[in-house]
Amino acid sequence: MPLEAAPRAAPTAPLLEVRHLSVAYSLGARALPVVMDFNLTLLPGESHGLVGESGCGKSTVALAIMQWLGRQGRITSGQLLFKGRDLRLLSGDELRRTRGAQVAMIYQEPMASLNPTMRIGAQLTEVPRYNEGVSHRAARARALAMLNRVQLADALRIMEAYPHQLSGGQQQRIVIAMALLSNPSLLLLDEPTTALDVTVEAGIVDLIGSLSAEYGMSMLYISHNLALLRTICQRITVMYAGQVVETAETAALFADPHHPYTRELLAAMPQPAVHKHAQPLRAIPGQPPAPDARPPGCAFGPRCGYFVAGRCDASDVPLKVESGGRQTRCLRAGEIAWQVSPPELIDGPTRSPGATALKVRSLSKSYGPVSANECVTFDVRAGETVALVGESGSGKSTVARILMGLTQATSGSAALDGVELAQLPVGRRPAATLRALQMIFQNPFDTLNPSHTVGAQIARVIRKFRIERDKTRIDARVQELLAQVQLPAELASRRPGQLSGGQKQRVAIARAFAGQPQLVVADEPVSSLDVSVQATVVALLRDIQRESGTTLLFISHDLALVRQLADRVIVMYQGKVIEQGTVEELFAPPYHPYTEALLAAIPIADPRVTRRKMRPSVEAPSVSLPPTGCRFSSRCAYRIRGTCEVQEPPVREFAPGHRIACHLPAQELSQMQPIFEVIRP
Amino acid sequence: MLARALVQPGRWATLLVLLVWLPLIAYVMFRSALGGAASDVLLPAVPAVVALYALGLARCRGSWVASVGLTLVCFWFVIAVAVPFLPLTDPDKPIAALALPGTTKHGVHFILGSDARGRDMLSRTLWGCQRVLVWGITATAAAYAVGVVLGLLGGYLGGWCDDVVSFIGNLLLSFPVMVLFILILNLLGQSGFNIVIAVTSSSAPMIMRIVRGLTLEAKNRDYIHAAQTRGEHPLWVMGVELLPNVRGPLIVDACLRLGYTTVAITTLTFLGLGLQPPDPDWGLMIKEGATAALLWKYSYLITIPALAVSSLILGFNMIADGMRELSGRS
Repeated sequence: MPLEAAPRAAPTAPLLEVRHLSVAYSLGARALPVVMDFNLTLLPGESHGLVGESGCGKSTVALAIMQWLGRQGRITSGQLLFKGRDLRLLSGDELRRTRGAQVAMIYQEPMASLNPTMRIGAQLTEVPRYNEGVSHRAARARALAMLNRVQLADALRIMEAYPHQLSGGQQQRIVIAMALLSNPSLLLLDEPTTALDVTVEAGIVDLIGSLSAEYGMSMLYISHNLALLRTICQRITVMYAGQVVETAETAALFADPHHPYTRELLAAMPQPAVHKHAQPLRAIPGQPPAPDARPPGCAFGPRCGYFVAGRCDASDVPLKVESGGRQTRCLRAGEIAWQVSPPELIDGPTRSPGATALKVRSLSKSYGPVSANECVTFDVRAGETVALVGESGSGKSTVARILMGLTQATSGSAALDGVELAQLPVGRRPAATLRALQMIFQNPFDTLNPSHTVGAQIARVIRKFRIERDKTRIDARVQELLAQVQLPAELASRRPGQLSGGQKQRVAIARAFAGQPQLVVADEPVSSLDVSVQATVVALLRDIQRESGTTLLFISHDLALVRQLADRVIVMYQGKVIEQGTVEELFAPPYHPYTEALLAAIPIADPRVTRRKMRPSVEAPSVSLPPTGCRFSSRCAYRIRGTCEVQEPPVREFAPGHRIACHLPAQELSQMQPIFEVIRP
Repeated sequence: MLARALVQPGRWATLLVLLVWLPLIAYVMFRSALGGAASDVLLPAVPAVVALYALGLARCRGSWVASVGLTLVCFWFVIAVAVPFLPLTDPDKPIAALALPGTTKHGVHFILGSDARGRDMLSRTLWGCQRVLVWGITATAAAYAVGVVLGLLGGYLGGWCDDVVSFIGNLLLSFPVMVLFILILNLLGQSGFNIVIAVTSSSAPMIMRIVRGLTLEAKNRDYIHAAQTRGEHPLWVMGVELLPNVRGPLIVDACLRLGYTTVAITTLTFLGLGLQPPDPDWGLMIKEGATAALLWKYSYLITIPALAVSSLILGFNMIADGMRELSGRS
C-alpha cells in the first residue's frame, strides 16, 4: 500500500494564501527577523506540511496566521489572505470570530489547551454553545458524537472526567475534538504528537488524516519529523533559518529532494528497515544560525557539503520555481550530482561482548498496591549496547533508577560484577561501584547545573573519581572529553544556559564518560531533541561507547533509533519483559504482537521501504488497573479469548537468547509477515 | 570549588559589601572604645560605597525601578559612612529648642529645624541612618544565615529532620511578631544584638519556608541526581549544587525583607524597646517628637525622620521589584 497521502483534485480558489510574510521579534531595541518572505497557498481540503529544525520559524508562521504573535512579535510585511480577506486588517471582533469558528489550532502540549479545573464535557459543549448558540442538550449530543469520531471509547465517562484523569493520548484526542466541534475550515497543528508515545502518535496521525479527508478541512501540519508528514500531507514546505528552502509535492520531495538541506534531514532520520552497519546515521554538521548571526548568501551554506565559496555566499539566494509547482532556494539545485552514499561500514574496533556484567533477576518495584515493574529479568554483557524499549509507563525508567540507587527495588536482584544493587541506595554504595555506574539523563535542560560552568562540572567528576589529581592534567582531560563529543574547547568556560539542547546533551555524555565508568545507563537521552540533532548525539554515543568499551544500557521508546545503536533489545510492557533478542531478531519475525505494533508505528521516510499496517485497537490501560494474564491482551489484535487475559504467558526461546512471552502458538508467531520490506530497484 | 561557588556570583560585589558593612558595624558598636580615631575606620568604606553604586547601576541597566531604588539606598549608605566627615553640628548637643526649619537661632542656621531639646534635626537625621542600616542589615543577614541552612536541611534531607525544622518554624510563626519581639527584648534586655536575635527568630522561619519550598522543587532535578550518583556528600549537594540555583528568588526576598526589618527596628525604638538614647535614631526621633508634633507647627519633628525611613524602605522595595523584572526578562 502506498504510504504517501493521495493528491486531491484541486479546486480553484485557495483557502489561505500567505504572501511575502516577514515576522520580526523585538529584543530590547533590536528587531530580530525570524521569518523572511514566506509564501504559502493552501487549497480547500489540502494538507500542507511545514518542516524544519527547532528555531527555524515554523511555529512563528502558524502564530502569525492566528495573529497571536504577542507583544514582542510583529509582522513587518506581507499579506495573510484567508478566504480572500486579509487577516491583518480584521477588527478585533471579526478576528475573534474567525479564530473561534473558522481557524483552529492544536498545540504540542494537550494539557496547555485544556482547563484543569473544568470537566471535559463542559469544555467540549462550550464550543458549539459559544460559536453557534445552540442549546445545552444539542451541544452535549454533538460533543458525544465527536468523542466517538475521535475514537475515544466510553465517551460518557470521559465527559465527566477532568483533564488530568486522562492519558496524554486521550487528552490530545479531546483537543482535536474541541477543534473540530467548531467546524473549522482551516486547522493548524503545531507538533501535536511530539509529546506522545510512538504507538499513540501513530494513532493520532492516522486519526487526523482520516478526519481531514472526511470533513474537507485544510491543514497546516508543523513538525520536525519529515517521515511523519509523509502519510498525511499532499505538499511539504521545508524551512531553514526563517526561509523556505524547498516546497514540493510529498511524493516528489521524498523521491528526489532538490535542496541539500532536505537531503540532510532525510539522511539524519534513523532507518528502521536497514541494518546499522549498512547505512549509518548521518548527522548534519554544525548548527542553524541565530537570527542575528545569519551568514551572507545562502543561510545553509556553512553546513552544506555542496557549498561553493564566492558563489553561494555572494548574495541572497532567490527561491527558484521549477516544474510541477516545486520551488527550491538553491543556486546549485539543478547541477549537483548527488553522491548516493555507498554503504560504509563503521570504522573503529568492533569488540565481541565479554562476560555478563549486569545480571538482573526478577526485579520488581511496587508503589503501594501498584507494581511498576514485575519480574524483570535480563543480562547485559560487558562492552555491548543493550536497549530497553517500551512506552511510557512500561517501567523502563524505574529499572534505570533502581540500578542507579535513586530508588530501591521491592524484591529481586540486580548485580553488577557481584555487587548487589537492587536494595542499595546511592548514599551507601562503595566508591568503586559509584564510579562504575554513570547515567545520562533524559531532559537536556535539567541535566546540567545552570550555576556552574560546563568545564567545572566535567572536572568535578574527574576529581571526584580520582582519574587525575593535578589541576593542569584535569583541565587537559576536560578538553579531551569535549573534543571527543565534538564541542569546541572554549565551551568549557560557558554556563549551560548558553548552550543548545543538543550541546547540553553532549556535555552530559562527556560528564558520564569522564569517570571512565564500566556501565553507562542512558535514559532516553535524545527523546526531546530534534530528529537531526538526535542523529548527531546517537552517533557520538555509539562512537564513544565503541572506543572506551563501556557497556551501555540505552533506554528508549524509539525502535528506529535503537536499530542504529544497539546490539540487543529488551522490550518491556507494563513492567514486564515481553521480548528480548538481538536487534536483527527483533526486527524480523517472529515478533511479539506488541513488538509488531511498535514497529508498525515507526514513520518511514525512505520511499524504497514499505510498511505493513497493523495497530492495536485501543490505548494502553492505566498502570493502576493491570489486567490479569498477559498485560498486553487488552490491546492485542491476536488475543485468544479465555486464555490471554487469564493466564500468564509462557516465555519461549526461538533462538539462543531470543525469548518471547506470548500465548500464541510458536508456529503462528514464526509465520508472521515482516513489517518492513525494502523494494529493490 | 565550594568557596569559589559561594562567592562566585559577583565576587567583587561581595567584597565591596563587606568593605562597607564591616567598618560601619565596627564604628557603630565600638565608637567609644576606638576613641578619637574612630572615624578613620570608615575611610575605606566611602570609595567602596561609590564603587558598589557604580557596579549596581551597571547591573540594573534596563530597569529604571531598580536604578531609582539603588540610588535611594546608596544615598543613605554614602551618608552613613561619610557622616563623621560632613560639616554638621554635634547631633547630641542642645543649642536652641524648637527652632523651625530654615531659621537661625543663637547664631546657628537650622536647615531642618531643631527638636524639643534643641538638637539639630538635620544632623540627627543624617546620623540616625547609621544605626538603622547597621542593625537592619545585620539582623536580615543573621535571619538569612539561619533560615537558609534550616530550609536546605529540611527540604533536602526530608524525613524527621524536615519534621523538626518545620515544627519549630511553625511554632515561632504562630506568635504575633510584636509579641515575640517584646518577649525576647524583655527577656534578654534591650540592645542591638538582641534586636538581631528577635528579628532572626521572626524572619528565619519564613525564609526557611521559602528555601525549603525552592529546595523541594530543585532536588528532583537531574543535575542533583547526577551529583548523587557521583556519591557527593549531602552538604556538598546542598551548598554547591542546590544553593546557587535557588538564589534568584532569595535575593529578591532579601531586599523586601530588609525593608520589613527596617520598619520593625524603627517601630521597636519608637515603642521604647530596642535601641536606647542618646544616639540619634529615626524611630527614637519620631518617638521624642510625637508630643510636640501634636501642634501642626512642629509636625516637622516627625515628618522628617518618617520621610527618611520611608525613602530607605522604598529604595529596598524598588530594588526588589526591579530585580524581579530583570530576572523575568532574561
